[in-house]
Amino acid sequence: MDLKADEKIDIEKLLENIKDYKPKRKGWKWRPKTQNKKKVGKFTYSDISDTLLNNSVPLPSASYFNDIDPQPEPVITTEIASGRFEDDIRRMRMAAWHGADHLMVIRTAGQSHYDGLIEGTPEGVGGVPISRKQIRATRKALDMIEEEVGRPLNFHSYVSGVAGPDIAVMFAEEGVNGAHQDPQYNVLYRNVNMQRSFVDAAVAKKIMASADMLQIDGAHNANATARDAWKVMPELFVQHAINALFSIKAGMPKENIALSTVPPTGTPAPALKYDLPYAVALRELFEGFKFRAQQNTKYITSDTREATVLHVLNILLSKLTSADIQSTITPDEGRNVPWHYNNVKAVNTAKQTFLGLDGLNEMIELKKDGYVSEKARELKERAILFMEEIINKGGYYKAVEDGLFVDSGYYPARNGDGISREIEGGVGAGTIVKRDKEYMAPVCEHFGYNNLPNEIEKPCDLIGGCTLHDHSKIKYIDELDASDNVEKRLAETKEFRKDGKIKPEVEWAGDGWINVTMLLPIEKRIANVAGLEIVKNMGLKNPEVIHSRTMHPAEGTLLEVKGRVDFSIDLDNLEIPEVEENLDEDIIRNEIKNNPMKVVAATVGNDEHSVGMREIIDIKHGGLEKFGIKTKYLGTSVSINKVVDAAIEIDADAVLISTIITHNDIHRTNMKKLNNLCIEKGIRDDLILVSGGTQVNNDIALESGMDAGFGPGTNGTDVASFIVKERWKRKGILKDKLSEVKEESEE
Amino acid sequence: MVQERKDDFEKKRQKFKNLNNEQLNKKFWELAEKIVDPLINMADEYTSPSIERSVLLRMGFDSLEAKAIVNKINSKNLLGKGAGNVILKLAKRENMDIHKAGIEISDGKFDDSLVNLFGGE
Ligand code: B12
Repeated sequence: MDLKADEKIDIEKLLENIKDYKPKRKGWKWRPKTQNKKKVGKFTYSDISDTLLNNSVPLPSASYFNDIDPQPEPVITTEIASGRFEDDIRRMRMAAWHGADHLMVIRTAGQSHYDGLIEGTPEGVGGVPISRKQIRATRKALDMIEEEVGRPLNFHSYVSGVAGPDIAVMFAEEGVNGAHQDPQYNVLYRNVNMQRSFVDAAVAKKIMASADMLQIDGAHNANATARDAWKVMPELFVQHAINALFSIKAGMPKENIALSTVPPTGTPAPALKYDLPYAVALRELFEGFKFRAQQNTKYITSDTREATVLHVLNILLSKLTSADIQSTITPDEGRNVPWHYNNVKAVNTAKQTFLGLDGLNEMIELKKDGYVSEKARELKERAILFMEEIINKGGYYKAVEDGLFVDSGYYPARNGDGISREIEGGVGAGTIVKRDKEYMAPVCEHFGYNNLPNEIEKPCDLIGGCTLHDHSKIKYIDELDASDNVEKRLAETKEFRKDGKIKPEVEWAGDGWINVTMLLPIEKRIANVAGLEIVKNMGLKNPEVIHSRTMHPAEGTLLEVKGRVDFSIDLDNLEIPEVEENLDEDIIRNEIKNNPMKVVAATVGNDEHSVGMREIIDIKHGGLEKFGIKTKYLGTSVSINKVVDAAIEIDADAVLISTIITHNDIHRTNMKKLNNLCIEKGIRDDLILVSGGTQVNNDIALESGMDAGFGPGTNGTDVASFIVKERWKRKGILKDKLSEVKEESEE
Repeated sequence: MVQERKDDFEKKRQKFKNLNNEQLNKKFWELAEKIVDPLINMADEYTSPSIERSVLLRMGFDSLEAKAIVNKINSKNLLGKGAGNVILKLAKRENMDIHKAGIEISDGKFDDSLVNLFGGE
């Protein structure tokens, strides 16, 4: 099953034969990068990846630069978890086209405490139930999408909770490329018993390593928990060190261990003053490990603009230090479970910022002495003191029990509000068992004491092969719940995905949510209520204010209100205008040679914008002149009278007016005036009238008496093609000419 | 429990005065090792239901089978032998295939004789 750019991914087809699917490849993939500078379009880049994508959506303003889409060096992450993996897959495809190559799925609430693997595809809450079927179907989709975009896509989830080793095996079997694994996360944030967590973790890590998976730790969660997040900086070093060293000792290579690090503070604090020394110290202490730079989630609100700026600052920090992976947080993280277009926005923010900062470190350098290095040293010393206290208390377990971790004090200060867990407490307490002298596990990649017979080559020879070496040995379970599964959900949304019913969506097919932005000229308290009424009156269901911001306590409030559309549009009832195909350039040139053409061009009214008009006519910009069309350009701020006089004077075939300013509908006024004046002078039938501008489109132009109108992105060929065809039409030979042209192109 | 206390960092840091940056980094990792060694040693010596399920998954059992078998073996206090080991030994003794041995353990067919596999009563 191949993907086509203009076709939706067929989820039903994807799920066919899923029980036999084997992942195309295993292991983590970085973006290829050599030292050489690279030319893309008109520019030379220092820090981009060697490869461009086969299929992608460039940044909006790439339209000014030949649609180039250079890809920054770091892997870019987007986190997705709507609760329905079948919809997440579509979101992943969108994100991949925009430059994400690390697709992370968050687990459903409660999975950490589930003692075993979840099977089937039940709907999740705040995440997706991670099961073999869900993982396999998603990996299968990503295997296709990576072919489509032309770059490996890393799939990622979590190896944690009380079923860490089970999940690690399943991930290794199914070609998951990366995972969070950090026993401290279990202990501090999921209240899983600490001994169980560490004992399980070693086995899980060894299995992950065997499949060349990248590991990300969980230290960043301390930032998100502590009230003054920057005060936990010393402890973050300690948490990173514990997991990193434990992983190495469990058999994981250093280059597969990534530290998850978040700039600890946010604006309006002087963020860089805290974030930079911290980031520098971390990279000094943990040389040789990988860095997964995450964006700040703690200090954002429902204001998506503010979040975006903070995230740009976070990337500046990545650039000033380093990031192997740049994770992104959606700008709506502070208001709701992320909407899919916000995943795309976040990925765009990362791509855009990296490209804009390309070559930064060739131009500037951090000072070796002074504030940054002094602060960095201070942080390290505080971290060392923290570790000394752990040892003095009798080790890690005792220190956690005493509540040393995630205290809101700046170490060595303590506020006595740390998270404390009993050594013998928590989920899974008392479940670890000492391995006997006879303990034996007849499988590969098993961590720890294992009394294997001497004569075997690899452990699984004892059982005739294990699933890590023989994919066919994997036992697949499809569904366990006949009512809560993907097939049931797909049946409900089929009309929106396949049967031509169009309904807006932000999370799930057919969810119907849209967002209405408005300014109400009143105070916030009242605006919040009035806004809901407005949206209700628009016919939207379940209205909810998702953002409101005071512009002034009396003059106005900006509101964003979401609501659900409870109808759908039928594709069959829509009249979609045909796309006008341009004539071949040689045909235009030939036609002009045989039947020369003259045009008058001007920006009209009191409008001084000349760039757009010149773009259309100038030979150097591929304008009309290149086809041999004679153009008389009158300049800017030209009156309609003057335009018409000039047309009469040179006996023009067409008149082109540019009208960029639209205040008081002046663009429509001027178009009508041109039309009327031509009629008055009796020359309307002899002239083709064309207008253009940022706010002009064909409909507006036709309504205002023009023969055509063109908006942003128009080029000379579009216009030349139109006027040639229009002249044929007026001569009554359009049909013949077009079939002539068609025949020629078929020959 | 850790009590509330003031930041006495300036006093405490005096002992680092003579360490250069490299020495400081080295000290950091030495301490990390002291903290981690007991943790990894414990992991080496212990197992858990989840670990044993992961062994059975690798042996080709599905997750439901693995869970039932491990629970049964645990209830017989034999997890410390390794669940895979128990199954393998039983399969040999009864001369049946590994998968069948596992399923029959969870079905309770060998509730009384499992312990004997290891010469225990
Ligand atoms: C450059 C620019 C200027 C320059 C113009 C320099 C020059 N010699 O042209 C300067 C700085 C002088 C300027 C001044 C002003 N500007 Co100005 N300016 C812009 C800007 C940044 C870019 C416009 C541009 O060149 N685009 C590039 C060209 C290639 O695109 P284009 O114009 O859309 O043209 C394309 C199509 O529209 C179409 N097209 C255009 N004309 C025609 C004609 C025909 C016949 C056809 C077929 C097609 C066609 O094809 C073109 C090629 O694809 C835009 C903002 C923006 N980023 O878009 C504001 C903008 C156009 N300016 C604007 C304004 C309001 C002004 C001022 C009035 C501000 C002021 N109060 O002083 C003054 C104008 C004063 C005056 N009397 O005209 C507004 C217009 C808003 C509106 N719709 O009414 C804009 C959109 C900015 C904004 N968002 O407020 N501006």
